[in-house]
This record gives sequence, C-alpha cells and structure tokens, in this order.
Amino acid sequence: MLSVQDLNITFTLYGRGLAQKQLTVITQLDLDVKAGEVVAVVGASGSGKSLLAHAILGILPDNAQVSGKMLFKGEPLTLNRCQDLRGKAIALIPQSIGYLDPLMHVGQQVQRTAQLSGLSRPAAKAAVDRTFARYRLAAIVQRLYPFQLSGGMARRVLVSTAVVSQAELVIADEPTPGLHPDVVTETLNHLRELASEGKGVILITHDIEAALQIADRVAVFYAGTTVEIAHAQDFSNNKIRHPYTQALWRSLPQNEFIPISGSQPTPDALPDGCLFSDRCPWVTQECRLDRPPFLQVRGAPVRCIHADR
Amino acid sequence: MQLGIAAFILRKLLRLALLLIAVAIFSFVLISLSPIDPIDAYVGADMLQISPEQRDIIAQRWGLDQPMMTRFILWLRQLASGNLGTSIIFNQPVSTVIGSRFQTSLQMLAIAWLISGALGLAMGVVAGARAGSWLDRAIRFYAYTLAASPTFWVALLLLLVFSVSLKITPICCATPPGVLTRDVTVWQRLHHLILPAATLSLIGVANIALHTRQKLIEVLNSDYVLFARAQGESLVGIIRHHGLRNIILPALTLQFASLSELFGGSVLAEQVFSYPGLGKATVEAALRSDVPLLVGIVFFSALFVYTGNLIADLTYQIVDPRIRIGKSS
Ligand code: SF4
Repeated sequence: MLSVQDLNITFTLYGRGLAQKQLTVITQLDLDVKAGEVVAVVGASGSGKSLLAHAILGILPDNAQVSGKMLFKGEPLTLNRCQDLRGKAIALIPQSIGYLDPLMHVGQQVQRTAQLSGLSRPAAKAAVDRTFARYRLAAIVQRLYPFQLSGGMARRVLVSTAVVSQAELVIADEPTPGLHPDVVTETLNHLRELASEGKGVILITHDIEAALQIADRVAVFYAGTTVEIAHAQDFSNNKIRHPYTQALWRSLPQNEFIPISGSQPTPDALPDGCLFSDRCPWVTQECRLDRPPFLQVRGAPVRCIHADR
Repeated sequence: MQLGIAAFILRKLLRLALLLIAVAIFSFVLISLSPIDPIDAYVGADMLQISPEQRDIIAQRWGLDQPMMTRFILWLRQLASGNLGTSIIFNQPVSTVIGSRFQTSLQMLAIAWLISGALGLAMGVVAGARAGSWLDRAIRFYAYTLAASPTFWVALLLLLVFSVSLKITPICCATPPGVLTRDVTVWQRLHHLILPAATLSLIGVANIALHTRQKLIEVLNSDYVLFARAQGESLVGIIRHHGLRNIILPALTLQFASLSELFGGSVLAEQVFSYPGLGKATVEAALRSDVPLLVGIVFFSALFVYTGNLIADLTYQIVDPRIRIGKSS
C-alpha cells in the first residue's frame, strides 16, 4: 500500500544575514506497509519518526526539501497527491489531546474530520455517532471540550478521527505516551482492529514493548535512517540483525536491562559511513567508508555489513 | 460557576469602590492645590462688582473657611449622595451635562469602536494568514505608522482632505448649523459623525490588527492546526473553523480594554471637529476652570474605563469554556 524508498529530508536553515545551513535530518529511510498490516516504527526521539509521518502527509514545513521515492498504491506520492489524499485515504492519529482545537466540542471536530474526508454533513454526523458508539463514548462526550476528556476517552476520540475518515492507511504518531497500562493495551487493540479491517497501520513509537504487542513488522529508525525492518517474532526468536536493534532489545527491563552507551548523533554531526559506527561494538575500518546499503539477512532487510556474522 | 462569577463581580465592585475613593482624594488634593480660585471662577466677569465682604460671605456659605479635611468630608458626603454639583459654564447640574454630552459622544464612540474592531480584526487575520508577504508588510507598516501618529494630527488631515478640499463632509459640529435639534435627520447626524468616528477608527485599528496578527500566527503554528492540515483542511478552512474561534476572545478582550484609549482619543478628535460631545466638554471645562464639571468627568471616565476592563475580564469568564466549565468541575 505504501512504500518509501531512500527518503531524504533536508532543512534549509537561515542563520545571520544570508548564511544558510543545510541540515539533513533523514537519510536513506525505507519503509513499506501492506493492507491489513501493522508496521511499527521504533526509535529514540530525534530518529526521524514523526518527520516521516509529516512527509507522508505532505505537511512538512516550507523549508524542507524531500527526495527519494514515496509510492502510495503504486503511484508516486507527490505533494499535490498528498494534499488530495490526506484526511481521505491517509489519516493521522496524533499524540495527544493538544492536537485538538481547545475551543471546539470534540464531536464537532470529529464530524469536521468526517466531512473533510468527503462525507456530506448528515453522513458525517451519522459516522460520528456510529464511531463514538463503537468506542463506548457516550453521546454527551460529543459536547465536551478536549480539556474535559479523561486520558482514555481522549485516546478513543483521537482514534475515532481516523475511523470516521475511512482512511486506508492510518498513521498513529506516538499514541500511547504516559498512559495507564490498561489504556495502552486498549489503544493498541483498537489499532490492531483497524488492521484486521484491512487498513494499513503505521505505529510510530519509542516503546518497543508496546510495538511488539500488535505489530507484524518493526522498522527500527536510528539517526534518520532505517537500520532494520524485522518481523515481530524475530525479537523473541533471537533473530534480530542490527547491533542497534539488539542493543535496544537488551535494554528492556525484562531482558538484560543494559542501557546503550553513548547517544544518537545529531544531524549536524553525523559520522562518516555507517551512522551507528561511533557506538557499534562490531565496528571495523570498512564500516566507516560508506553508508551500508540494505542487505537481506535471514529474510529481512538490514543496514549493516556485518549483520550475517 | 454562578458562585464563581458572583464572587468575581463582588471582588471587582470592591476594587471599583477603592478606585473611586482614590480618584476622589487625588482630584480633591489636586484642585485644592491648583491656582483656580473657586469664587473667581464662579463669579467670572462680574468680579469687579463684588466687594471683599461679599466674597467672604460666599466663602462662608460654601464652607471655604473650613479646614481642608472638613471640606473633603463634606464634599465626599455630597458625592456619595450622588450630587456632583453644578457646572459653572453650562449652569446645569453636572450629571445632566455629562449625561447629554455622553449621549452625543456615544454614537460616535460606538461606531468608531465597532469599525476599528471589525477592521482591525480583518486586517490582523489577513496579515497573520499571509505573514511575510507584501500585504502583511503593508498592513504592519500602516499599523505602526498609525499607532505612532497623534490623534489631532490625523483628525486635521482628514478635515483638510474631506471637508476642506473635497467638501464631502461637514467642517464641524454634530448637526448642521441653524437647524433645530428636533428637525435634524439621522442621516445628517451620521454625516456629521463620519469624520470623528473615522479618525478614531483609523487609529484604533492599529493595536487590534497587530495583536490579532500575532495571535493568528501562534494559532497557525499550533499542533491542532497541524492536525487539521493533516486532515486536508485548507488555509481558509483552518481560519474559518479554528482561527477565528481562537483569536476572537483575545481580540474582544483587547477591544474592551481599549475603551480608555478610545475615550482619550475622543477628547482630541472632538476638539478638532468641534463635535459637542463629552470630549469637547472636557476641554471646555478645563480651559474655563469649571471644576465641578471637570471632577464629574474624571469620575465618569474612571467608571467608563473600568467598565470596559471589567467586561474584558468577564468575557473570558463567560466565553472561554476552559475557565467557565473548568472552574465548576
Ligand atoms: S555497518 Fe559496521 S558499524 Fe554499522 S552497524 Fe554494522 S557493524 Fe556496526
């Protein structure tokens, strides 16, 4: 359904006077999502997860240049096509209630979303009623303001926005931050349900555990690139390939709980060659020469020249 | 919520009382220290015909021989019973003068207030939506220039252009000269208040336009607008559904709070156009030492400005759901 290949995003920053700075925040990013599938995008903050979402929706700021290939249903996703598709075929589930208008009733906002997706006013109204009922949101919730919602209600309202739009591809950007575990599970189940209905779901999160609960595949982002796209079961089967993925996995409390030393490089100080080379335990001279290409190792793509060892 | 608002109003009324007392003390002290002799001001040109003995009698009748504190208390008592005294130049009770003059000003002030609010809001929205464009720059240039130009200068300029050169507006007053008040038509009244109202509108626009522009830019950079864009909302749609909703409240507050500037501006504008409103009465009272009227106007304007600010605060309490509902729950 969606395929992103070799995506690069560069920001032009204006300093003093006429000085300009080019800042490449996403390099060689790859991702693909099929209908009926949940693909988790996992990475630390600053790894380019949200930017990917904004690029797919065509809502990057004006000073961003995008290169690389993005295909939606086989057709290139140009800026014009993004504009036509967003809110209709592609929907975003935002992080928090801060993404709702603070002065508008939530029912009205979800209805607006439905109308933007192409429904008539009565049809949109009906879609909101139906969706709120589906997520056990009482009718009076429609007449509440965002600040009046509890954490759980807020989540369900945000998921509703994607459901009323009938979108085929749903991008959930960090949908479970600081939530009660029950609410996390509930939210994740809602996303899984959407996939079962045939939608493609991208789950953007920094929480590997949450991702593994529902994802079919997990794309691991590091410093603006995709280092590996693993199958979900690879993690427990000890088949994950990239040293960064392995380190992430080991850092979980139920595993060895060893934090990764060092920190992700900032976009203005990327290392030569492999982006992970300054922290990698397996690093060799060769790693520093070129950005590693995607290699198929044990049935999945990985950006590491020593992954098959 | 009812209780919250009641307490809020009670607190505000208490503040108002304190404010009025402070105004009373200041006015009294200032006028006691001023070189205006109340008897001279009262008697005016007939001064030469009064003997010193007669003066003393008047002073005694008025209690001018009493110590300052006693005079203040006596005056305060009269004030509290609603007696503002008699205007010397109009020879009418001060409250009557203020009442009728304010009515004349009110139409003009109301029109200026509405036009400057609506126009300022519109300019702010356009500038904010197209931030950085030449249109935005032009609007900002206008706003900064107007904010910096004196009211009487703008008034004179309008007078020169529209009344003197183009001759499409009257040169002075609120009604055509030589026409009885009851024969004046609504159109004639409107015709006469165009220029003073325009002066105040042109200047009043600046503040609200700049403020609205800033607020709209904030809104357009907000997360909820990003989400709206992700849903395919266009710029016009964003302004219609989210922009206006989120900028109208601060704009309304600002506009109510700006009543003080409007009132101050009317003093100058009415002077230039000889528009017989409260602003002109202020200047006359000051020039001709009409102390009772001047003090009355000081009190009235304090009340007027305070009411504006009170409404500004109250709109937030009543209109913003985060405060209205947030307080009760
Ligand atoms: S390419 Fe080299 S540096 Fe990069 S992850 Fe693989 S082993 Fe480590």
